[in-house]
Amino acid sequence: MSFTGGTVAASAAALRDGGVSPQELLTEARAQVERVDAEVGAVLTPTWELAERQAADAQRRLREDPGAASPLCGVPVALKDVLCLEGVACTAGSRILEGFHPPYTGTAVQRLLDAGAVVIGKTNCDEFAMGSSTENSAYRPVRNPWDRSRVPGGSSGGSAAAVAAGMVPYSLGTDTGGSIRQPAALCGVVGFKPTYGRVSRYGLIAFASSLDQIGPFAHTVEDCALVYSAIAGHDPRDSTSSPTAVEDPMEALRAGIAGMRLGVPHEYFGEGLEPGVRLAVEEALRVLEGMGATLDEVSLPSTGAALSTYYIIAPAECSSNLARYDGIRFGMRKEHDALLQMYLDTRGSGFGAEVKRRIMLGTYALSSGYYDAYYRKAQKVRTVIAEEFAAAFERVDALVCATSPTVAFPLAAREDPLSMYLCDVLTLPVNLAGLPGVSLPCGMADGLPVGLQVIAPRFQDARALRVAHAYEQATGWHRTRSPLVAAAAA
Amino acid sequence: MSSTATHGTDTLRVGDREYQAVIGLEVHAQLLTRSKMFCGCSAAYVGAPPNSNTCPVCLGLPGTLPVINRQAVEYTVRTAVALNCEIPEFTKFDRKNYFYPDLPKGYQISQYDLPLSRQGWLQFHVDGEQRRCGVTRVHLEEDTGTMYHAGDVLQSATSSLVDCNRCGVPLMEIVGEPDLRTPEEAREYLIWLRRVLMYIGVNDGNLEQGSFRCDANVSIRPRGSDQLGVKVEIKNMNSFRAVHHALGYEIERQRQVLEQGGALLQETRGWVETQQATVSQRSKEYAHDYRYFPEPDLPPLQLEAALVERIRGELPELPDARAARLRRQHGLGDYDAGLLTATREEADTYESLVATGVGAKLAANWMLGEVARLANEHRLPLQQSGLGVVGLAALLRLLEAGTISGSVAKELLAELYRDGGDPAALVEQRGLGQVSDAGALSSLVDEAIAQGSKAVADFRAGKEAALQSLVGYVMKQTRGRADAQLVNRLLRERLGG
Repeated sequence: MSFTGGTVAASAAALRDGGVSPQELLTEARAQVERVDAEVGAVLTPTWELAERQAADAQRRLREDPGAASPLCGVPVALKDVLCLEGVACTAGSRILEGFHPPYTGTAVQRLLDAGAVVIGKTNCDEFAMGSSTENSAYRPVRNPWDRSRVPGGSSGGSAAAVAAGMVPYSLGTDTGGSIRQPAALCGVVGFKPTYGRVSRYGLIAFASSLDQIGPFAHTVEDCALVYSAIAGHDPRDSTSSPTAVEDPMEALRAGIAGMRLGVPHEYFGEGLEPGVRLAVEEALRVLEGMGATLDEVSLPSTGAALSTYYIIAPAECSSNLARYDGIRFGMRKEHDALLQMYLDTRGSGFGAEVKRRIMLGTYALSSGYYDAYYRKAQKVRTVIAEEFAAAFERVDALVCATSPTVAFPLAAREDPLSMYLCDVLTLPVNLAGLPGVSLPCGMADGLPVGLQVIAPRFQDARALRVAHAYEQATGWHRTRSPLVAAAAA
Repeated sequence: MSSTATHGTDTLRVGDREYQAVIGLEVHAQLLTRSKMFCGCSAAYVGAPPNSNTCPVCLGLPGTLPVINRQAVEYTVRTAVALNCEIPEFTKFDRKNYFYPDLPKGYQISQYDLPLSRQGWLQFHVDGEQRRCGVTRVHLEEDTGTMYHAGDVLQSATSSLVDCNRCGVPLMEIVGEPDLRTPEEAREYLIWLRRVLMYIGVNDGNLEQGSFRCDANVSIRPRGSDQLGVKVEIKNMNSFRAVHHALGYEIERQRQVLEQGGALLQETRGWVETQQATVSQRSKEYAHDYRYFPEPDLPPLQLEAALVERIRGELPELPDARAARLRRQHGLGDYDAGLLTATREEADTYESLVATGVGAKLAANWMLGEVARLANEHRLPLQQSGLGVVGLAALLRLLEAGTISGSVAKELLAELYRDGGDPAALVEQRGLGQVSDAGALSSLVDEAIAQGSKAVADFRAGKEAALQSLVGYVMKQTRGRADAQLVNRLLRERLGG
């Protein structure tokens, strides 16, 4: 039996009934990476030796006390290369971090390790998670497992593609404006961005601190819920992580959605939506209705201002967060006798064009004399956007809409930054409001996956997963696999 | 807030116009917390091997996050309360962005528009006169690392080394109102501020090592004007003396520029000790734009009223109040009371001496005289000396009881300070008890007169001071044990003076 393209839940069951061992799962994962990753480019740094040790350790744990072991014990995982793992190169997709081996492990990753995870490597991404196609990786672009001439979305394109191509049953990504949900949609997998403050950001290389959040990719909502359970919860090392107790999502998954009120945000079905995407999402809405949910049109009037708000706040924070890359203490340095020239050369050659663009945008927005007009105003609009969501959630339990206005587009198709920014127009308002959001497959358009987005109120992560799970179970889109998985099985 | 209006010495002359200097001080004081502001590393950086007190957080490694040190917040509240500040319920941290090799994150976590406290004041004294200076704000931030240049300054160094042990040490910034008018006032303000911080146990007051540092803003304006002149910021002052000299120099420099018809520049100047002059470092055109914005890694801080009230309740008696009480309770003069309350330890020592029954005046004289001299000579405070506070009290009681003479007490003090021991036992053992018996001293007094014919003649000719050499003879013969006053009286009786 092959586990390539399989789920976490299936692996966990087989690890317990003796159907497979952690080493065998690892061997399969490695074989699939070696078979397809030359084409996909998902894995930047494989960690096979580490994975071997972890698999052996997981084997011991499963043998000693299979009941106590986490469902993630012995299951392979890949980590977006913005997540620190002690001793393993971490580049954030940037040249400027070449040679950086973090001396510490971040909290979410540590929680996976504690659960017995087997880390197979670090995945490719847009430089410092800035981008929506993974073409901004300083190393190589990632290609979509459904069509290698197309992008996988971004910025967590490597993590999405690694799951879609069957290299690992799940992976971790990060989402600042849609960087989990949009690539999940474009790669035909499930991606979950938890409520801001649910998962510790300690050990996540910051892009925009008030928006960044870690979350999983997997083939099913249930798998995402399993991973979420393992990584969520307060962390004393992250003051922005919530001290409130985490609701058990597995319990919620079983509840179904009969009687739930689902909101359809009018502004999310505008002109930019591709016809194929609109068709698939509208069909999904009918399915949800058929399952006993009531649909209500709601309005989020400031949606149109979200993009410009985001592109002030996120660059402002990034301009400050990226100041530490000065060539002095870690990563790459372009030597020069004069300190200023060393800074200029290091940052000039270490950062790519998009990163520089955002540093400049953010520096400008925070500059004396411009702060009120840009940053302060953007913060006010951000508050309004959050209030509009909160008002909508007084009427409905969750919102449903498309994740991405388009399906996966060809590489190099969006060289104009603005057109690239529009990829996230349906996802970034969720980050501005700090809400949980899931993207899950809801059909195909022109042979490419379409994603349905479910958005819930803050800290109602379980509710977002519950709606998504119900839809998934009713439709079976989660059983479709990219051609790369089918080829492996053949 | 200012009460410094009419003081004669603050007048400057520019041509035939009267001018006045306006000074505001910014003090940075490191907090005496065990750990750093945003991580668990030890804050004790002095003497630690370079970069040994560091971790991923204070090194600013990618992915790390700050966590607020609660003790640092409480110390800052304590300071704010001691400086009569308002403490809002809501405060937040901000990022101050600039590039420098000693700042690992490329920004300093500080406080911008919602500081932990504002609008307080500090009372201090200049030449026995009471003054008050407004405190604009007290806020909390993190210190930077330390740099060592192969060469004078970063710009001309062939290489520079960074030590991050100091990175993230909790730092309080205390911004004073421009209420000061003279270098003397500025110095006294600093002395009193440092005294308060040390009293409340939040800072060790070490200017040399930089745990207490000061920058000054100074300008001059026509007397009576309510406009401020062009402001110059002065840095690099590492002692009270340096502050005093630098301000004196700078005020005179500004006066001369105006007198010669020149215009002053808004700039930052550094005090150069070797030149005893301020030297221009940076003009306004090159001023930083720090791009302050709220620190997204730290949620705003809510300070409950109960916490502030608890801290207020725990505040010790402050130096100014304590000096006033010592004057009232023990009849001490201004000067003595000020010196005896210079540190909390000093004041505690004094009060415990008095509590054991030693006379208030006697205790003050000895503490400010011989004890201070010995402490200085041995570079060791009384509390850590062989004698200790209890020993000193025992010694002074022997003196007061007339058991030993003043000169014996002085001699014993020096010995016990160094070696320790029980004063009473030593007096007993060495037979140092004072000779206060007129009969016993009588023959020695006669001897003194017999051998000191010149002194006798001088004294009779009206030279009062000549008597001292005769007293000295008796003291010497008794190895200091004679009651000097009694000897004096006996001599006068004999000489009919």
